[in-house]
Amino acid sequence: MITALRKELLLQWRTRAQAIAVFVFGATALLLFSFAIGPSAALRQYAGGFLWLGLLLSSTLTLSESFHAEMENQALEGLLLLPVSPRVLYYGKALANAMQLIVLGIALVPVMIVLYDAGTTRIPTILLIIILGSAGISAPGTLYSAMTSQARAKQTLLPLLLFPLIVPVLLASVKATSLAILGDPMDQGRAWVLLLVTFDGIYWSLCGLLFDRVVED
Amino acid sequence: MVPNHRFPRFPLALITLGVLCLLTGSYLGLFVAPPEHYMGNVQRIMYVHVPTAWNALLAMTFAFAAAIVSLFKSDLKWDARLEAAIEVGVLLAFLLCCQGAIWAKPTWGVWWDWDPRLTTTAVLLFAFAGILALRRFVDDPVKRATWSAVATIIAYVDVPIVYYSVRWWNSLHQQQSSPATVSSQFYLPLRLNAFGVLFLMSGFIMLRAEIASRRIATELAPPPRDLVGELA
Repeated sequence: MITALRKELLLQWRTRAQAIAVFVFGATALLLFSFAIGPSAALRQYAGGFLWLGLLLSSTLTLSESFHAEMENQALEGLLLLPVSPRVLYYGKALANAMQLIVLGIALVPVMIVLYDAGTTRIPTILLIIILGSAGISAPGTLYSAMTSQARAKQTLLPLLLFPLIVPVLLASVKATSLAILGDPMDQGRAWVLLLVTFDGIYWSLCGLLFDRVVED
Repeated sequence: MVPNHRFPRFPLALITLGVLCLLTGSYLGLFVAPPEHYMGNVQRIMYVHVPTAWNALLAMTFAFAAAIVSLFKSDLKWDARLEAAIEVGVLLAFLLCCQGAIWAKPTWGVWWDWDPRLTTTAVLLFAFAGILALRRFVDDPVKRATWSAVATIIAYVDVPIVYYSVRWWNSLHQQQSSPATVSSQFYLPLRLNAFGVLFLMSGFIMLRAEIASRRIATELAPPPRDLVGELA
C-alpha cells in the first residue's frame, strides 16, 4: 500500500501545476462567496461554510482527475494484473486524494482568515477538522471517481453522485469550523468531530470493500 | 424465445386494487373523518403524506436489498428490479417533498424548513436521482448493474447519518403519532391509503422491472441477422 501511495503522490507531484490551479480556483471561489453577502461582519459568521464549500467545489476537480492516468493506455488493467488486491490500490489512491485535499484546505485557511476577518487561535482544531473532513470527502469520492471516469459525462456525474452523499460531512465540518472560529462555550464541537469520525470509519471500510466490484471486469 | 406481448395481469390487478383502496381511503379521509382540532382541514393531507413517506422508504429499502442481491448473484433480473425500485422511490420522494411543502405553508408559514425528515428526504431524492443519471451514462449493462448496485448501497447507508446530523443541526417536524393515540376515524383512511399506495407502488415496480429487463435483453441480444449480413 505504501508503494501505491508513493505512486499516487509522485504522480501528483509531477502534475503540481494542476494542484496550484485548483488552489487558485478555490481561492477565487472564496472571493466570490463574499459578494453574496457584501462587506459586513456577517462574513466572519459564515466563514466556515464558505471555506468548506470552496474546498468541496475544488475537490470535484481533483477527484475527477484522479483516475486520469489510469484511463490512458489501459493502465488500470495493468495495475489490476499485479499480484495485490485492488483494495490496496483504492486505499493508496484515497489516501493520496485525502492528502491533496488536506493541503488544499490548509492553503485556503489563510485566504479565509484574510478575506473574512476570521482570525482564530484554535488552529489545531481547524487542522483536525480539515483532516477528518477531507478524509470524508475522499473516501466515497475516490470510489465514485473510479466509476465516473469510465462513464460518459464524467464531469457532471461525479458531483451529482458525491454531493448528496457527503451532506453529513459538510454539515459537521461547517459547524465544527464555525464553532472553532466564533468560540464554543458549550463545547458542541466535540459532537461534530465525533460525527466526522463515524462517517470516515463507515465509508473508509465500506468503500474499500466495494472497490473490488467496481474495477473488476 | 417468443416475446410475451400480453399486458402482465398481476401488476394490473395490484394497480387496480391500489386505486380502489386510495379512492375509498381518500373519500373517508376527506368527507367522513372529522377535521383535526388544531390544524383543521389542512391535516387531511396526512392521509396521503404519511402513506407516501412509508412507501418511499419501503421502495428505497427494496432497492437496497435488490442492490445487495444483484452484487452477489450477478443476475441482471435483480438489476432490472433495482432500476424499477429506484425510479418509483424517486417519484414517491419527490411527491413527498411536494406534499410536505403544501402542508408546511399554512402550518409553519414557510414552504420549506430544514427539518431532519424533510432534509433527509431531499438528500435521498437527489442521491437516488444521481444513480438514475449514472445508469443513463453507462452503456455496458454488466458494469451498469455493478456500479448502480454499489452506488445504491453507499447512498442507502448514508440515510441514517444524514438524518441524525440534520437532527442535531435543526428540528421542527411533527412528532409521529401511534395508532394508540389516534382515533379510529383518523387511522382507518390512513391505513387504507397506505395499502393503496403500497399496492400501486408494487404494481408499478413490477411493470417497470419488466420494461427494464426487456431493455437489458435487447442490449445483450446479438445484432439482427440482416444487419450482420450488410456489414459483412
